[in-house]
Amino acid sequence: MSEFIEAKKISFSYSLEDEKEPVKVFEDLDFTVNQGEMVAVLGHNGSGKSTLAKHFNAILLPVEGDVLVNGMNTKNEEDLYNIRQEIGMVFQNPDNQIVATVVEEDVAFGLENIGISPAEIRARVDQALDDVGMSDYKQHAPHRLSGGQKQRVAIAGIIAMRPQCIVLDEPTAMLDPRGRDEVMKTILRLNQEFGITIVLITHYMDEAAQCGRVVVMDGGKIILDSTPKDVFSHVRMLKNVGLDVPQATEIAYEMTKAGYPMPNDVLTEDECVQELARLIERTAHARRKAKEKKRK
Amino acid sequence: MLKDITIGQFFPGNSFIHKMDPRMKLVAVLLYIIMLFVASHPLSLIVGVALLAVMYAVSKIPAAMVLKSLKPVIPIIIFTSVLNVFFISGEPLFSWWLIEITKEGITMAVLMSVRIVCLIAGSSLLTYTTSPIELTDALERLMKPLNKIKVPVHELSMMMTIALRFIPTLIEETDKIISAQKARGADMETGGLMQRAKALIPILIPLFVSSFRRADELAMAMECRCYRGGEGRTRMKQLHLSPRDFVALIVVIAAFGGIIAMNMLLRP
Repeated sequence: MSEFIEAKKISFSYSLEDEKEPVKVFEDLDFTVNQGEMVAVLGHNGSGKSTLAKHFNAILLPVEGDVLVNGMNTKNEEDLYNIRQEIGMVFQNPDNQIVATVVEEDVAFGLENIGISPAEIRARVDQALDDVGMSDYKQHAPHRLSGGQKQRVAIAGIIAMRPQCIVLDEPTAMLDPRGRDEVMKTILRLNQEFGITIVLITHYMDEAAQCGRVVVMDGGKIILDSTPKDVFSHVRMLKNVGLDVPQATEIAYEMTKAGYPMPNDVLTEDECVQELARLIERTAHARRKAKEKKRK
Repeated sequence: MLKDITIGQFFPGNSFIHKMDPRMKLVAVLLYIIMLFVASHPLSLIVGVALLAVMYAVSKIPAAMVLKSLKPVIPIIIFTSVLNVFFISGEPLFSWWLIEITKEGITMAVLMSVRIVCLIAGSSLLTYTTSPIELTDALERLMKPLNKIKVPVHELSMMMTIALRFIPTLIEETDKIISAQKARGADMETGGLMQRAKALIPILIPLFVSSFRRADELAMAMECRCYRGGEGRTRMKQLHLSPRDFVALIVVIAAFGGIIAMNMLLRP
């Protein structure tokens, strides 16, 4: 796997008017995203995860260090639009990223900006709407759609530009459970079927558990960077930085604490059910044996 | 209550009028409005009303929508009618003390009311049958020559598109803020004019703050999607004039000609 985004020793700070010292968001941070992978970035508010994401497509430039996207430096102004074509960005509030008053016009917005020919735009818009399952809503007004649908339209607007990577900044934070599910399925599909690299910034542990790699940030530092199974086995560490673990992991953790040992890498509901069944069987078996012993 | 605003709301459809080139629709509506004011005889205004009725029938826009769009102009109609009835001199029909009602005044009041109704209904037809994007697109293209004298045509039309896009969003938000303030005990229904105006402040301030935040986020999202002004931009939907546009133009011009002829022939 080759590196697609490479942040080398980047530092970022911003100054507030009433304070002399600039506020440091992160310092000497290294971060890479490989081609084709799906990375979740976790961290509570103020951990610097959104700021980091904005460095990937040159919305923000690092004060020190460099960010390379497919070999292009984000500081290089000539490459600005090439970088933004390769990395699409989806934000939290779907209302504030839809520009046009008709769904298909909005999906076409980015393509119109980069000067694609009308026939090609038409084809790509139809394809993109099909890919996110919103073809039936082509002519609808965005404000009549549900949150999940709006967010899928926003995603369609990005994939129509055929980026190699999509950075999603808490795309499900404002959605109801159903909308969240719709959006997550879409994102997973983009990664698995089209091989688009995904960077998913999220608050939801269950979403992170579905990614191939999980990065945990705290106070502008990366404290964990591994597979979901490995990351979520550090339950105590995650809780210390104000994060949760997926519900299934939480159950396993609490059971172990209560004296019923369960493996610490339980992630999904199914795994949890299986492990619990095994645990019950084991306990019942042990009890039976104990009873038999007593009788003897 | 705020959901009643319908001006600028597009009703998707597939009628003859929906399919017309928006540029031609704009030109036709402009002609129609001029025509309304050229028509000086009651009979010639009937042509204008008939033309409007036919256009609405063709467009299949429900009549209720027309009435809805007329609601906000009722005070204007009443105001101009009253002015016309009382202040136009001519053959007196009724007079008492300083008040004098004349035949000319009543005719003028009726003509003016019909004109305003047709004007609003006619321009609403344009916005009902044309998506705001098409409309701004048409404006942008019709005004393109102004680019040469440094009028930022693309920027203006972009601003209009975004404004139209955010009207329903902001209306929804206003409703939410009103509910939130009511839940905190804000009183918006009683009191005099001043008190009611004051009651609006706690609604407008949060609305402003959130609008700025929205604008900021939208600007960033647009930048992320490679927006860099009108230069080098293409459009998905190209505008083409078709025979149907010329048919419509001929109909409007014919009505216009008819009205001018009637004006000349029916002059008292």
